[in-house]
Amino acid sequence: MTAQTVQQGDLVTVIGLEVHVQLETNTKIFCSCPTEPADEPNENVCPVCLGLPGALPVLNEAAVEAAVKVGKAIDADIPEETRFHRKNYYYPDLPKNFQITQYDEPICADGELEISVEGERRTVAIERAHLEEDPGSLQHVGGGIDTADYTLVDYNRAGVPLMEIVTAPDFRSPSEVRAFLADLEEVLEYLGVFDAGRDGSLRVDANLSIIPAEETNGDGTIDEEALAAANRTEVKNISSHKGAEKALAYEETRQKNAIQRGRAVEQETRHWDESRGITVSMRSKEEEKDYRYFEEADLPPLRVSDWKEEIAIPELPTARRERFQVEYDLSEEAASKLTSTKQVADFYEDVASEFDPDLAATWVADELLGELNYRDMEITDVEDRLGEVNRLVELVATDEITAKNAREAVLRGMLDDGDEPDTIVEREGLGKTGEDEVQQAVVEAIDENPDAVADYHAGEGGAINFLVGQVMQKTGGSADPGDVNQLLRAELEE
Amino acid sequence: MSDDAVNPEEVRHVAALARIDLEDAEVDRFADQFADILEYFETLDSVPEVERDVDLANVMRPDEEHDCLDSEDALRNAPESEDGYFKGPNVS
Amino acid sequence: MSENIFITEAEIAGDAEGPLAGKTVAVKDNISTDGVRTTCGSRMLEEYVPPYDATVVSRVKDAGATIVGKANMDEFGMGTTTETSYFGPTDNPAAPGHVPGGSSGGSAAAVAAGEADLALGSDTGGSVRCPAAFCGVVGIKPTYGLVSRYGLVAYANSLEQIGPFAPTVEEAAELLDVIAGSDERDATTRTEGDDSNYAAAADGDVDGLSIGVPTELLEGADEGVVETFWDAIARLEDQGATTHEVSLPSVEHAVEAYYVIAMSEASSNLARFDGVRYGHSGGYDGNWNETFGRAREEGFGDEVKRRILLGTYALSAGYHDKYYKKAQDARAWVKQDFDEALSEADVLASPTMPVPPFELGESLDDPLQMYLADANTVPVNLADLPAISVPAGEADGLPVGLQLVGPAFGEKRLIRAGSALA
Repeated sequence: MTAQTVQQGDLVTVIGLEVHVQLETNTKIFCSCPTEPADEPNENVCPVCLGLPGALPVLNEAAVEAAVKVGKAIDADIPEETRFHRKNYYYPDLPKNFQITQYDEPICADGELEISVEGERRTVAIERAHLEEDPGSLQHVGGGIDTADYTLVDYNRAGVPLMEIVTAPDFRSPSEVRAFLADLEEVLEYLGVFDAGRDGSLRVDANLSIIPAEETNGDGTIDEEALAAANRTEVKNISSHKGAEKALAYEETRQKNAIQRGRAVEQETRHWDESRGITVSMRSKEEEKDYRYFEEADLPPLRVSDWKEEIAIPELPTARRERFQVEYDLSEEAASKLTSTKQVADFYEDVASEFDPDLAATWVADELLGELNYRDMEITDVEDRLGEVNRLVELVATDEITAKNAREAVLRGMLDDGDEPDTIVEREGLGKTGEDEVQQAVVEAIDENPDAVADYHAGEGGAINFLVGQVMQKTGGSADPGDVNQLLRAELEE
Repeated sequence: MSDDAVNPEEVRHVAALARIDLEDAEVDRFADQFADILEYFETLDSVPEVERDVDLANVMRPDEEHDCLDSEDALRNAPESEDGYFKGPNVS
Repeated sequence: MSENIFITEAEIAGDAEGPLAGKTVAVKDNISTDGVRTTCGSRMLEEYVPPYDATVVSRVKDAGATIVGKANMDEFGMGTTTETSYFGPTDNPAAPGHVPGGSSGGSAAAVAAGEADLALGSDTGGSVRCPAAFCGVVGIKPTYGLVSRYGLVAYANSLEQIGPFAPTVEEAAELLDVIAGSDERDATTRTEGDDSNYAAAADGDVDGLSIGVPTELLEGADEGVVETFWDAIARLEDQGATTHEVSLPSVEHAVEAYYVIAMSEASSNLARFDGVRYGHSGGYDGNWNETFGRAREEGFGDEVKRRILLGTYALSAGYHDKYYKKAQDARAWVKQDFDEALSEADVLASPTMPVPPFELGESLDDPLQMYLADANTVPVNLADLPAISVPAGEADGLPVGLQLVGPAFGEKRLIRAGSALA
């Protein structure tokens, strides 16, 4: 944020986030039940994740590896020793009525994430990121959350590994939050620890407060005391980037209106009601001071700081984007498209290593992504057919089919009917006709149309087009009209 | 321990945190007992700070699936269930 | 069976062959048995039937034993007399009209009455050793981490271990051999008990054994108990052992440290009983705060409520450092003291309980006085160490136990020494 002239009465919005992301592992964080979404409620449950008396948690190594990857990606410290605590509160979605989480010794501390907001680079401080277990899910029967008669509880989700990523209060607008969430998701997907497509894989709690502009420092930072003095609301139940922007815009307006009308903003927890597009005051569970954190003795501490060296992470999107521009001489726009997900970028590099990088960029960024986008598909939907796409690019690169046919007949046929490129080329007779055949057709066309030849020699421009049309007809349209034109001229000038 | 005695309000507060309803008579009785017990616990004040060493760390399991419970077994002990769900109170 | 030993009688047959083939075992009712209700002595779990076996139960069955019942206990293990059970008190077969000790009173009584050859109990602050002493049988509290707790309904999970009861040290060791050893379902288990042969150590050879007697653990003990204790020590000396006094200054704080830690952990461990997934339901009138509060008011007895509330208090904001953190310091200090004392002695000896068994109904009124009766047993749990209680004789016709404490994973040493007496 650049320094601005501050006027009396100006208000500044301050937002900090607690982002909960589900880590992609095969099994839950403390038991061996699958994390896959199930068809039926309470299908992926066992004594541990149901909190049955006597069951004990055993930590999933893959969840710790994922956490270390996140730590590396956000350039966080991974302390010598970290451990789990119990956070004690009652809620029907919580099988043990405590949540196993990390308290004062989180696995990642003091990180940061560089994001792009409307083309500008910004760094958001990440205070900590820790591992914890997901609660189950509730359905409210007979009304909304505030009016239901009772709830139905499904513990399939209980125990799915979560990482809670806590940012500093570094955001000044809802749109910045949206940009951050998009960039964060991109990084997490690059790391292979997160699946944005999974329902409920991202949940955000946001703290929003409004403070007088004169209490901001010259560099745009906020005085801690000023922040502590302002009442803030915690907005829960946000589950998408767009939802975050909408919920926080609503909350920002609500608070500003209250202040401008001279009313106090209450410090409270509010629930984002996506369908109504409003936040509603929510009866709090416990407050922070009531959580009675203490060490989880069933889980020995972790000493994994050296995993940071042992576990490799892939090149992250920002770095890869910059490298693509230099190494493949791509525009920023093309590089951005080609690094939008790790799978796209990997596929591009695969194609660019065999064929012209420019041609590869056109076929991956424009043709393939364009056609996928049109069909509401992702590259992951054609994961096992990338070999075929590669073959398609080869057909174009080696001039075996025309670009137009490749796009309109082959690629679309592949996506719509599931056919292989060579099958389509053969079936539709799209293969470019051999030179001999074209040459023969040229000779024939000249022999059979002496009038047109005469017109050509007389300098009549349309004659050549007529002859090209004749040749195209003879070759069933598979010859390249430009090539035909040249061949005709060469023959006629002899 | 008159200065620090447990008052009934504190008993009610912890009872609320622990989700245990108490009758008024129980609150008073617990308040008296807690005063005695907590006074006894006070002697911990004279314990010096002592470093703890932990010799067990990094106990983890591989990320491999095992069988879950049958839904029927999972729900068998539920006081009430509906369509494969546990029936819980409302959260208003 | 007039003693009210079992909450649920059962016959769970084990494998045809194995080291315990033909033996019957009583299992404390806080150890999960697949398909057989496991109540923890509580109304809360009156109808709870686990869908899985505790690791120790699987191991006992695999070893060929038959489980004959789920033994009575103080509610959730919280008591020293088995009188806090929702299912009524158990009489002491070795001293009728007296309590069998607690919290594993039913398990000890089953062995003392011959209702089972062997029994399993759990020891959080003396709950195996106390009833062993009161019922005149042998009980072992293993080193923390030697035996899997998977399936043991937690009271205070950083302190407790499952341990065996038997008429003799050798038989208790045989059962310990079956249940000891690492378990992938309990991340706190260790490998020291894998492929153990503790029974072979029960040779009664105490020649040259150096026994330390902590003076603090004799202070305040009943006169008759102290006399019986020294008689038993004399018998060990007759067989070649030597004794000397040692001091454990930290144990002065052990009872309060133990109760603060145990109650704090209990307040969290017992939070899961809200009547949604299992257990006594509070119905569906009102919101979750109300129905949970009702379920827990009706489902828990007085002592359980008291400990949950005190534990909640000890962990709550403003008191955490004063109680819970200080208790952790005391725990570390007790550990240090034991390490030091055990560097000058092979084992430490004391009366298991400072008093002989109470009369039934005598002691329920004053909780604090009851807590103080655990003075000799709780330091061992704080220090994560192994201990054994063996019958030492009688005082005024009532059983007295002798407790031996060894270094971590020093079960063999305790079994060798204890087998010189029983």
